[in-house]
Parts: sequence; structure tokens; C-alpha cells
Amino acid sequence: MLTRSRRPRRPPLQALLALGAGLLFAGLLGVAPAAAATAEPAPSASAPAEGTGFSVGGTIANGDEPVEGAEILVEGDGFSEVATTDDEGVWRVQVPAQGSYTSTLDVDTLPEGVEPRDPDNVMRTSNLNTTPNANVLFPMGESTIQGTSIWDTVLTRLIYGINFGLMLALAAIGISLIFGTTGLNNFAHGELLTFGALISFFLTAVLGWSIWAAIAVTLVASAAFGWFHDAAIFKPLRRRRVGLVQAMIVTIGLSIVLRYVFLMIFGGRTEFIQTGFNQVVPIGPANLQASSLISMGISVVVLAAVALFLTKTRIGKATRAVSDNAALAAASGIDVDRIIRIVWVLGATLTGLSGILYGVFRGVSWIMGFQILLLLFAAVTLGGLGSAFGALVGAIIIGLVTELSTLWLPADLRFATALIILILILLLRPQGILGRRERIG
Amino acid sequence: MSEPTVVTHPLVVGPVGPGCKKVDPIVIADGVVRRFGGNTAVHVDHVEVPRGKITALIGPNGAGKTTFFNLLTGFDKPNEGDWSFNGQNLGNVPAFKVARRGMVRTFQLTKSLGRLTVLQNMLLGATKQPGENVFTALFKPLWKSREEEITTRADDLLARFKLDAKREDYAASLSGGQRKLLEMARALMSEPELVMLDEPMAGVNPALTQSLLGHIKELKNDGTSVLFVEHDMHMVRHISDWVIVMAEGKVVAEGPPETVMDDQAVIDAYLGAHHDTDLGDMIEQKSVAERARRVEAKEASLADD
Amino acid sequence: MDFLFVLNNALGVALSPTTAAYALAAIGIGVHFGYAGLLNFGQAGFMAIGAYAFGITTLTLGFPFPLAFLSAVVASVVFALILGIPTLRLRADYLAIVTIASAEIVRYIVSTTGLSDVTGGASGLSAFAGSFQAMNPLPSGSYGFGPWTYSRAEFWVFLWGWGLVAIATVVVWLLMRSPWGRVVKGIREDEDAVRSLGKNVYAYKMQALVLGGVFGSLAGVIFILPRAIQPTNYATTLTFFTWTILLLGGAATVFGPIIGSMIFWVLLVLTEGVIGGLVRADIITFISTTQAGQIRFVLLGLALILLVVFRPQGIFGNKKELSFNV
Repeated sequence: MLTRSRRPRRPPLQALLALGAGLLFAGLLGVAPAAAATAEPAPSASAPAEGTGFSVGGTIANGDEPVEGAEILVEGDGFSEVATTDDEGVWRVQVPAQGSYTSTLDVDTLPEGVEPRDPDNVMRTSNLNTTPNANVLFPMGESTIQGTSIWDTVLTRLIYGINFGLMLALAAIGISLIFGTTGLNNFAHGELLTFGALISFFLTAVLGWSIWAAIAVTLVASAAFGWFHDAAIFKPLRRRRVGLVQAMIVTIGLSIVLRYVFLMIFGGRTEFIQTGFNQVVPIGPANLQASSLISMGISVVVLAAVALFLTKTRIGKATRAVSDNAALAAASGIDVDRIIRIVWVLGATLTGLSGILYGVFRGVSWIMGFQILLLLFAAVTLGGLGSAFGALVGAIIIGLVTELSTLWLPADLRFATALIILILILLLRPQGILGRRERIG
Repeated sequence: MSEPTVVTHPLVVGPVGPGCKKVDPIVIADGVVRRFGGNTAVHVDHVEVPRGKITALIGPNGAGKTTFFNLLTGFDKPNEGDWSFNGQNLGNVPAFKVARRGMVRTFQLTKSLGRLTVLQNMLLGATKQPGENVFTALFKPLWKSREEEITTRADDLLARFKLDAKREDYAASLSGGQRKLLEMARALMSEPELVMLDEPMAGVNPALTQSLLGHIKELKNDGTSVLFVEHDMHMVRHISDWVIVMAEGKVVAEGPPETVMDDQAVIDAYLGAHHDTDLGDMIEQKSVAERARRVEAKEASLADD
Repeated sequence: MDFLFVLNNALGVALSPTTAAYALAAIGIGVHFGYAGLLNFGQAGFMAIGAYAFGITTLTLGFPFPLAFLSAVVASVVFALILGIPTLRLRADYLAIVTIASAEIVRYIVSTTGLSDVTGGASGLSAFAGSFQAMNPLPSGSYGFGPWTYSRAEFWVFLWGWGLVAIATVVVWLLMRSPWGRVVKGIREDEDAVRSLGKNVYAYKMQALVLGGVFGSLAGVIFILPRAIQPTNYATTLTFFTWTILLLGGAATVFGPIIGSMIFWVLLVLTEGVIGGLVRADIITFISTTQAGQIRFVLLGLALILLVVFRPQGIFGNKKELSFNV
């Protein structure tokens, strides 16, 4: 039933380079986000709780001003306690056990002139099943985004979308290469991303290394992890002639194993990788964070390098030959096993890099890779299964859709929007944007 | 085609030639065009398949034979063109309806249903089984008698094709040749008017070839029309009543097997300039190359439309 | 640690309505994958559809139980049609991606704050079982024995849960021995071959998708009857668990999903009790109690891998009729 796509479109080098250069140019000339106003509403790093090990908490601030003295009622499983924010706006309640807890903000305890952004919705539920500490957000005041002009917002979202899309592209090309050469839908691919993020977080935050050293070592570790995937699991499976559906279910099992190992080691928290490049770089009318620019630059350079590798080097050409037709490639003297090993190493390295960038912008958590796995699949499917260039285009589209949809739709639906777009495009063009129709023989 | 002599044939109205009219056609195709990207795989202006006869469709690699087969049977959609079966228009008719109208095909690469038994494979070929409706299926008395009828027919066919000993085996356990036989027998379950065989001899060991040939001839004796794609020229000469030659997507020649091989267009299509080589041998060499190519196309061909 | 207590819990869960719900969901993907060869990775979506359709029609529209139950069925049929129309003509792996994506879309939509009035947003829904329990004809008292002792209300859920599992099992058995089942299994093997024999493959795949989806939806209803609806329950992991259950028992078997579900839950509860107990008793010292809960899933994932590689036909499957397309 599962067949690998026979003839993925080759990534036209010039087009890829042109796209890369164009994006970089757009980034440099750019587009004016007010850096502070557009920061992602990401959960702040949670303080490790003492006592029971389970806690619910958060920070309440009105713009940049912490809100002191606000009361939050935390209830669940017969437990009930009121927390009060301190002078930094921080509150936290130790809860007795795992379970579901609701936190209700007492609007009357807010200082004069401070209003919840959504006064009808001041109750939040947190599940302490997989995470010991939950962070609860109660945004105050008018949404800052609404204060800026719609055009600024669009441009900001556009930049974020491209940045996110490039990040996705690095990981999606990994999926696409592996799918192209082996026909395997790897449901554990997200864990390669989490792996990269966790390693680089460990190196920077725990060992205190510089970001560049951490990136270098993370890439080596990711490459080794990819090699290990192939050598320890998938090569033996190929030897046993295990079917593709079977192998796909093995990746599901692998994904569960890796995810819970990550959870056991890292816990349920979300942490950010610190790069040290937090300064705002004004370029023309634009204010960009240096790390965003660097991230986009790295993505574009690496993607261009991958394109060069696939089109210009012997190994790259052999890779495309194997994607095209493994039997024929083997018959013409290409060592297919070696190519697949290289693809695993390359795919894992790219995905590890994607994990680092993701960890910088959206934080590191045990489940981060799994959360965007579907977006990766969507990107790969959109572009046409097995086409590396298609994966890039698909990833950019998914990145843009995810971010731009927040202009009209609630932010918590943005992933849903990206997935709906996937289904709609498949409806109109089943083979994906760059895929080809296949024949029945 | 330098000779202006007009050739006639009892199957044909008027002179013999590519696209000639038949006395009693079962399939008529007009202006059927299929393009893949920039390539035109099939461009058939006009062709008719005679009723009650065995017609061979031959041509060199990439001539568009299988694509044309796919188009006629609804497994692929043409960019333009019309074709009819028994006078009924088949344009835009889905594959399963084409089969129900009495035009049943087999595939180049056998599609036996591996994890069903040989008998279940056969029963699947039958028509008018009310138990194939999801609601009727729940009540055995509603489909039991039809099941007995078709089981009898399946057993007859299995005996004829010498597969009766394998009745309860999984189809996956059959040899390649037996699968070809099973696929042909299965196609006959519905008593089709036209059987379309895509390379029935490919991959069949020589011992089975004779019995397969016999079965195809028997079909004609039962009044069934046969259209088949084949590379084995000896087989084509041996059993076909009519030969249609395709090259580069077009019908380039037609005629009875004894004479069509001498047609200059056929020689050009197959050999280019190598006129001195024996055509039968050359075509067989080509067919070896084509089979090698087909192995690699195997997985791609399993893909959906 | 009290080993008897752990054992008692483990045995008790073997017959719990939750186990029945998982079994029912696994019967559904058994129809999809085991018989029809459809890669449905969105069973969690069908379960969510069933649960929310039941909860919303009960709470927002005030439907009595039978109507709410029917709504869950109708909603899953509609969902299956929406999924099937674009994807059943595509290659099998596209269906996998579209179903998994659709299940996530459902989860995002029911969790979004904008729809809190109807879906309860992130907090979900609760207190919808009133009409169901009002129909309970059982006299008060306790039912069963030993680890399987239920209150009147619990036993009512028990009867419905296992009753639906029994009905689904019989329906699947009847269908799979019929010519309909033959066509569907033929499609699993090679849909072009079946198409060439004059069967409307698309319609059969759709029927199989709807049937398995309805089972998934009813599983969703059974799952929530003893508890509240929590949107986080319907993540992809739930789908993966139902697949594990199906493969554990054997994909193309009649009783496989039921036995698979029982083994799955007993092992999950047993390992939690044993590992947690050993940690609390300081016999295992290198992990915390929280980690003891998490390590079960590591073992579960490993079990899935080993099962698929070394016993792909499942515990009850026929070695010849393997559950995979090799």
C-alpha cells in the first residue's frame, strides 16, 4: 500500500538560492515589528516547586507593570486555596497531587484601572498529569497587538511566519529525505527535534557553554543520534524485510519511548535557550531581534548548502537517484544502504538544528517535537511526499499560514488552520504542490 | 508504405490500415489523447476492436499500450477523446462500472489478493451477489443461495484452470504463473464480453504457457472477445486473429498477424534502420529489456491514481 | 507495598467501562486497518466527536440520553464522510496524515476559548450523565464481586459499555464472514484488482470508514460516561494507544481488540502499582514516583515496537493472515 514517491522533483538550485537570498533580503530590508509588542506569548519558565512537587502558578502583569495583590482561587479534587501575587506579580500554589485544577482570577482584587483582557473568561484549567508545574496566564489590558496598525501586524506576522517556516523546513527536509529514500513515514521525527533542543539547552544553560559551541556539539550529537536510528533500528528492520506499515508503527512506538524518556529526564517544564543575542537591531524602519536575523540567516545558508549538496555532489546525486528508484540505483552500483545511512545522519542533523532554533524562539519542552510533528508532515505532504524542494515550499506555506491566521482567528487555532489548509490543498491537488501524478501500470 | 496496393480482410470494412473500420466492432475509440506533463503518451485517432476475436496490441517500449489499456478501462482519464463499448459511451465512466458493463481486465503485474484464499479470490469476481451490500451482508439467508451458485461456477473455473487443488490456499502461496491463471479465471467469473489481458505471458514459466494459450483460445470459442498486450511474438502469431501496432502513442499499423509484421511502419517502429534483423527475435530482445524496466516500475505501479 | 491491592486494581480494570471504551475504539480501527487496510490515525478524533456530540447535545440542547446517543452516531457519520470524501481516493499514507491532522483539528477546535460557551474550552464539559443515569432501571445496591464490584450507577455504565462492545463484535463477525467482508478484505490487498472486478471501491472504503468511525464515536461516549470530557484526553497519543491495543490482540481478529484492551489496561495498572510501589518502598531509588508513572509509557512504546517486529499478527492473529502489507 505504501509506496515511496518515485520521482520527487529535484530542487532547482538557482530557485532555492534565489528564494534564500530573497528571504534574507526581505529580512534585512524588512518589515517593522515593534519588538516588545510582538513577543510571543510564551509561558515563562516555571520555578521548580517545593513540597509536594506539584504546583500551579503564573505571573500577572499589566503591560510591563507587575500586578501586586491580585487573588487567584485554585481548586480541584477537594483542594482549594487562594494565592496572592507578590510585588513581582508572581503567584504559585502547591497542590497535593496530580490531577486537574482550575484557577479563577478574582477580578475585584485587581488594582484600580487594571482589567483582564477577556473579562468573561477568568477561569483556567491546568492538568498536572504529565507536568508537575503548570503556568497559568491571565493577560491584562488591551491586547498590545491591537494597538499597532494592521499593516505593522501583518508584516510582523509575515516575518514570524517566514522564520517559523524556515525552522520547519530544516526538519521537514529531513523527513522528506528519509521518506524519499526509504519510504518510511517517521512518526518519531519530532523527537529528533526535541533531542537537538534538549542537548543545546543542557550545554548552554547547565554547562554554561557559548551558543556557538553548543550548536556545534548539538549538531554532532544529532548526527550521531540519526546514525544510531538507522544502525540500531531501521537497518535491521530492512534486513528483516519488515513492511513499511509495520516500520511506521515501530516509529510510533519509538516516538512514545523517546518522548517519555525525555519527560523523565527533563520534566514537564518549558525553558528557553539563551543565545545572548537579545539586542534589537534597527534596520531601516524595522526593529528586529538579532537572534531572529541570525536564525533566518542560518536557515537560509543551511538550506542552500543542502540544495548544493543534493544537486552538485556525487553523494547528493546518488541520494536523489535512490529517492527516484532504489532498485535501479542499486543496480547501477550505488550503495543504497550507505546512502540511507547518510540521509539519516543528514536528516537528523538538520532536524537537530531546527530544534535549537525552535528552542530559542518557542522554548524547549519534552513534547515540543511531537507538537509540531504534524506541521512537519503537513509541510512535506503539501509540497509533495518525498520532494525535498517541495518540503521547503510546504514548510514556508505552513509557517506563513500559522502566523498570518492569527490576524483573523484566535491564536489557539493557528495550528488547526495550518492543518485545514493542508486538507484543502490535498482536496484540490492530491499530489501536493510540487508532486507528480502517478501511473497505474 | 510505398506500395499503393489496397489490402482487404474479412474482418474489415474497406481497406486494411491503421484505424480501419471493422465489420462488427466491440470497442471504438476516437481521438483519445493522454499527456503526462509535456509528453503525449497516447494519441489514438481512431481504432476499432473486432468482436468475438482475439486481438493483439503490440508495440515497442513506451508505445503507450498499457496507458491505452488504462484509459479504455477507466483506470486513467484521458485529456480528450471518446470511446465506446458495445455502442455505449465509456468516457468518464469509472473503472468499476466499465467492468460491470462486461469489459474486464487483468494487470501486467498480477494483482492476486494474497491474504484471501484462491476460492475467495474467485468469488470476488462474481457479480450480483446481494451479500456485497453492507446491510444485506448481515443476514446470511439473503445471500446464501447466490453464494452457492457462484461457488459452483468458481469451482468449475478452478478445475478448468487446474487450480482446484489450491482452492483453500492463500493466493500469496501460489507461483507467479498460477497467479496469472487465477487472475484470468477470476476475470471470467462475471462472464465478461471482452477480456483485456495486459501481458498474460509475462513471468509465466514455459510449462504453463501452453495451457494459458489454450485458455485464451477457449475464451474465443465461448464467444468472448479478447484484447491483449503482449511482447511474445510467437504467441501473437500463434493465437491472434488481428494485430494492432502502436508506436509513440499512435496506432501505426493494423492487420492479420501473418502480414502485419511485414508492414514498413512496424519495422520502422521497432527497429529503426536495422532492417536485416529478424523482427520476432528483435522484439523478444526488446521485451527482455522491457521486463527489466518493469521490475523497477513495480512499486510505482502499485500506487493509487 | 501491598501486592494484593495492586493485583486487585489490575484485575478490576480488566472489566472497567474504560477498558470497554478502548476495546470499542480498537474494534473500529480493526475494521479500518485490519480488514479494509485504511490507515486511520485519527481515532482520537472520532472519540472526541462522539464525546462532544453527546455532551453538547445533552448540556446545550437538553437532549435526553437516547437522542444524545444518536447525535453522537450521526456526528461521527458526518465526520467520516468529511474525512473520506477528499482522502479515500488518495494513496494510503495520505489518509494517515489527513486523519491524524483532522483529529488534531477537532481537538484544537473544542479547546479554543472562543467556543467555551459550547465546548467548555480547555476545561471541557461535565455533569451530562444525568439523563443516562435517570434511565437506570437497576435496583440500588452493589453488583459483582471481588475486584469487580460496582455501584448501581457504575454497573449501568458497565452494562452499556460491554453491551456495545458485544454488539460491535457480533456486527464485525457477521460482516467479515459475508461477501461484503470479502470485498473489503480484497481492497486491503489490492484495490485496483477489486476495482477491475466491478466493485465500487470508494463506496466500500467509505462504508468501512463510517462503520469504524461510529464504533470510535460510541467508544467516546462510553469513555466519558463515568467521568468528565477533557479535551487534552483526545491527543494523538490516544490514537496510538488504540493502535497498540489493536496490534496487541491482532488486527484482523474478532476478539483481538477486546483481549488487547484488557491486557493493555491490566499491564498499565500493574506496572504502575509495581514500579510505584518499589519506588515508594525505596527498593528502586534512581527514579521518583512521578518518573515511575512515566516509565510505564517507555515500556509501552518498547512493547509496541517488539510486538510489531516479532509478532506482527498479534497475540491472537493467524500467522498466515498477517496484519500487515508486506
